[in-house]
Amino acid sequence: MIAIARRELVAYFSSLLAYVVIALFLGVTGFYFYSNLSFFLLSGGFDVARGLWQFQLHDMRQIMLTLLPLLTMRLFAEERRLGTLELLWTYPLRDIEIVLGKYLAAMLVLLLMLLPTLLFPALLLPTHAPVAIGPLLAGYLGLFLLGAAFLACGILISSLTDSQVLAAAVTFCLLLLFWMMTWNEAAVGAPVLSVLSRFSLFDRFYVFSRGGIDTRDVTFLILFSVVFLAWTVLALGSRRWRGVR
Amino acid sequence: MIEVAHLTKEFGDFTAVKDLSFTVEAGECVGFLGPNGAGKTTTMRVIAGIFPPTTGTVRVAGHDVQRDPHGARRAVGYFPENAPYYPEMSVEGYLAFVARAKRLARTVRRDEVERVLRACALGEVRRRQVGKLSKGFRQRVGLAQALLGDSQVLVLDEPTSGLDPEQVSEIRELVKNLRGQRTIVFSSHILSEVSQVAQRVVIINRGRIVAEDRPEGLARRIEGTVTVWLRAEAPAGELGELLARVPGLRDLAHVDGRWRFHARDETTVREASRAVSARGWILLELSRESLSLEEIFLRLVHIEEDAAAQAPGQGAA
Repeated sequence: MIAIARRELVAYFSSLLAYVVIALFLGVTGFYFYSNLSFFLLSGGFDVARGLWQFQLHDMRQIMLTLLPLLTMRLFAEERRLGTLELLWTYPLRDIEIVLGKYLAAMLVLLLMLLPTLLFPALLLPTHAPVAIGPLLAGYLGLFLLGAAFLACGILISSLTDSQVLAAAVTFCLLLLFWMMTWNEAAVGAPVLSVLSRFSLFDRFYVFSRGGIDTRDVTFLILFSVVFLAWTVLALGSRRWRGVR
Repeated sequence: MIEVAHLTKEFGDFTAVKDLSFTVEAGECVGFLGPNGAGKTTTMRVIAGIFPPTTGTVRVAGHDVQRDPHGARRAVGYFPENAPYYPEMSVEGYLAFVARAKRLARTVRRDEVERVLRACALGEVRRRQVGKLSKGFRQRVGLAQALLGDSQVLVLDEPTSGLDPEQVSEIRELVKNLRGQRTIVFSSHILSEVSQVAQRVVIINRGRIVAEDRPEGLARRIEGTVTVWLRAEAPAGELGELLARVPGLRDLAHVDGRWRFHARDETTVREASRAVSARGWILLELSRESLSLEEIFLRLVHIEEDAAAQAPGQGAA
């Protein structure tokens, strides 16, 4: 597993991909931070300690939705196109180790995306603005778990195709669907909506973004990742049985 | 070392390999021959543990590929056709990765990588990216990863395909040097290569074994038809009539002033020569063409197809 994770990290950082994704993420979140901060300072009267970060976390979540499919698209699609997956299968590795190794590498890149954004609250610390550290950390935990769920979904899609572009596009649309699922209240009516919102990834983020941690949300997001990773292992196993790379 | 018993592999409706059985002894070097789609690659992939057999058993170094897949995979170094590679990795970085993926002990990994770099003459390119190497070097990188570790069995799928003649002979030498140290199974479509490198040849067509013998043995087996060229100082028409009467002589043809025919065996050649001398004609040329492995192969495949056509229902799938 570690061997796979190390190789994936080499692949991420020897191509421009990881650098570009991280740079884009930091650039856009930086811009959002600047505009959110200006908004709160100009409007005044809002609860900066909480409200600002809720805005900021929601914006970061949107950017993750766009960028994370770019991290997972190549994980299996590329191996399949190159034919190297076949080679991996001749080594004494279990499919679950291959999947988890790749997942681990993507999670590390996700961490490298998120950690530098802690600079934003750090910038405010020495100034007059109060920063509530606890709720902020809860928000980041939520962001990380949400990102981990995005990555798990992306890995599955990547294992189903040998086209990276297709993997990224399908992952993005699927995540978008998970987000918009609960938008159309008028169309689906209350009973359906209450079921749908249980499965919505993004509704699960709401409490986190307000600085709270609901164990049900934590459980759901972790379970979501586990299900998609297990599905990936099964998808690989089935390809293997059928003899297609 | 490798025991394949009644191996059948189906992909949906398609039967790639049907009831294939053979064994390879430790230290032996066996060549797989067969046209495209014959089932060579499928058989090798099952031995390498990429996918399980549909029915039948395959044991490598005593490990059943289904019951003990990791034990079997540890015993095999596999070189897939076209040597897939990670273009962005350096040669030594890639080999270090393979050493870890093969679960070599930390203490021997570095030595192992150095050993295969030397064995495959990759020292000069060790820090270059695999994707930027020539095809010949990439092929050697593929061989190097198969050699990593102490796997007793090497399974090489078309190790020389797509290379220029110089690179082909380099790879061939590499494989030759490994004979005796490891058990080797390799496939090839260059038949002369198999006769040079392999101690035993297994010919597969349509998922079944057509013939299995030493390269010389195969030639002997279909000696029924030896091509003979004959030229003599004689009236062409009369010579032709005379030859046509020789028992065991077939497919007589007049080509560029020479006669060509297929003889059943030595006796036929002797009879033809005697008949010409008895007429007082002078024999200018009498030469025998030994069959190339290509011809042996084609004939065996045709013999097999004829047999299958005569016994409907038992034909290859």
